[in-house]
Amino acid sequence: MMWPLAPMLVPLATALLCVLTQSTPRRQQMISVVGATVLLITSTLLFLEVQQVGALRVVLGHWPLPFGIEFVADVLGTALALVAALMLNVTVLWQWSDADAAPSSPTLHPLLHGLVAGVCGAFMTADLFNLYVWFEVALMCALGLLAHGGGLHQLDAALKYFVLNVIGTMLFLVAVALIYAATGHLNFSALGDAMARLDAAVALPLYGLLLFALLAKAAAFPLYAWLPASYHTLPPPVLALFSALLAKVGIYAILRLFGNVFTPAPALLYDALGWIAVLSMIAGVLGAAYHWDMRRILAFHSISQIGYILLAIAMASRTGDTAAIFFTLHHSLVKASLILVAALVFRYTGHYDLRRCGGLYASRPWLGVAFLLLALSLVGIPPFSGFWGKYLIVREALSQGAYLWTACALLVSVVTLYSMMKIWLEAFWKPHPDPAWRAPEHVRLAPAWVGVSGLALVVLSIGVAPEALIGFADAAAGALRGDVP
Amino acid sequence: MTSRPLLAEVFVRGLYIVLLVASIWVLLRGHNAPGGGFIGGLLAVAASAAYALTFNATSALQRLPLRPAALAAIGVLLSAASGVPALWSDLPFLTHLWVELPLGIADLPLSTVMVFDFGVYLCVWGALGGYCLGLLRALEEAP
Repeated sequence: MMWPLAPMLVPLATALLCVLTQSTPRRQQMISVVGATVLLITSTLLFLEVQQVGALRVVLGHWPLPFGIEFVADVLGTALALVAALMLNVTVLWQWSDADAAPSSPTLHPLLHGLVAGVCGAFMTADLFNLYVWFEVALMCALGLLAHGGGLHQLDAALKYFVLNVIGTMLFLVAVALIYAATGHLNFSALGDAMARLDAAVALPLYGLLLFALLAKAAAFPLYAWLPASYHTLPPPVLALFSALLAKVGIYAILRLFGNVFTPAPALLYDALGWIAVLSMIAGVLGAAYHWDMRRILAFHSISQIGYILLAIAMASRTGDTAAIFFTLHHSLVKASLILVAALVFRYTGHYDLRRCGGLYASRPWLGVAFLLLALSLVGIPPFSGFWGKYLIVREALSQGAYLWTACALLVSVVTLYSMMKIWLEAFWKPHPDPAWRAPEHVRLAPAWVGVSGLALVVLSIGVAPEALIGFADAAAGALRGDVP
Repeated sequence: MTSRPLLAEVFVRGLYIVLLVASIWVLLRGHNAPGGGFIGGLLAVAASAAYALTFNATSALQRLPLRPAALAAIGVLLSAASGVPALWSDLPFLTHLWVELPLGIADLPLSTVMVFDFGVYLCVWGALGGYCLGLLRALEEAP
């Protein structure tokens, strides 16, 4: 009966034990590694079990529904929790390398595990108010991680992140309160029925406010300002964890609420979502094309990729949901590995600014190959993994007659390719601007390389054999739409 | 020469104990009457804060049973652990159980909720107390 709660309770317990061992860093790191490994094992087992037997449900404290707080471990939630566990392991592993790792501080490990606990909680809960609580847990831990180091840049980023996210969270809370006032329910399945019975004139503003708040969480246009303002000050392993998880929680909540709980929501919402998606794509990719700092480029890319996922959700069909789930899982892994590659580039050349690095293909060809493969996966050049995600989205958009959106999506792909090639040409292909530069010889990067190549292999195998993941995403989308036998 | 608030010091030494006893009483009373772990914890924070304002934040921190973060962490761990016994009875996590312990004179009611509330108490004392004392210390150290 506790089994489906493991993705929340394991990182929560690990975070607390890490707090208790703050004075002994070695012991704390051991606990952190063990906790991350246990989380990976339990979430893999849970994922496999849910595949076999279907969603597992627990109502905390044995309270009767719809009053008790319910947790549901379903196909989508456990898959995302598995990705979170995987990324946490990579981040913790990375601490052993001397690449641009997070500064070792007694609060780093508790906050990392706390963040994952919040994120996994949001993936598992089946209660609207409880979703808000997990958002808060993740927000507070992310804020602590952003403020790490306490430098001017960090505090500036933390403040921007905090203010913009708190506005989003507060709006979400207001939306939850209004929905509760209108329906008297918070449990997802009870809410779905109650909202469907509500007068359309009352329901539409409630849906709109809820969607607006979640879009701020998902870093969609025009509420994305917090993401590029804060991400580039983070150490790369933490940044990889953030970009794999943080905006995805918002995406997940939109997919869960407007693809599952409130279906069918008014068509107007999905139209608005489609336009917001297209604008996010364009704004994100233009930002990426403009910047020279690799971390900023990749952060802006996330916004544009979030646009693709939102466009898939806006299709409001099973195929659209399939594409959204595929794209979300794929993007978490690809973006995280690209950020880690950028961190390796930084370790070798000493700069994140593309104008100041170069010559890496001659001295570290494998890094160049890894970057190229991952970048092409992100852009979606066949046969790499991103292609399948974009193919699903474009095909569904065309079949629904959304030609303008399709054209925008394809155009944005081209600009994405441009900005990825910019990184490749500047960091790898062109000679280093300083002729006296030599790649440092004495580096301890083995753990970092294990992390990057592990993720890259997963990404490549998705590209080579996409059927497995597409089939899985389709099953998950079917479960969301409730048309699974 | 600094002036010591001698009367306040003597008074707060006693008040500290009284407030802590009262916080435990509120913590236990909460199971049948208004109160509980959160309010009890706040009373304990008030005790720490009164001590820090009269003496100084460092000595108030030394009077906490553990360092604040550890206190809060143990509190949350206790609260989480109080949900575990339910699993042996095949009930969901955090289902609370009650037993009556016969002592001969009267039955002593015990429950896992008490463990949960005590965890909340420690968490509030550790988190809010640590926050409050940290701020007071920053004020004291400010030039």
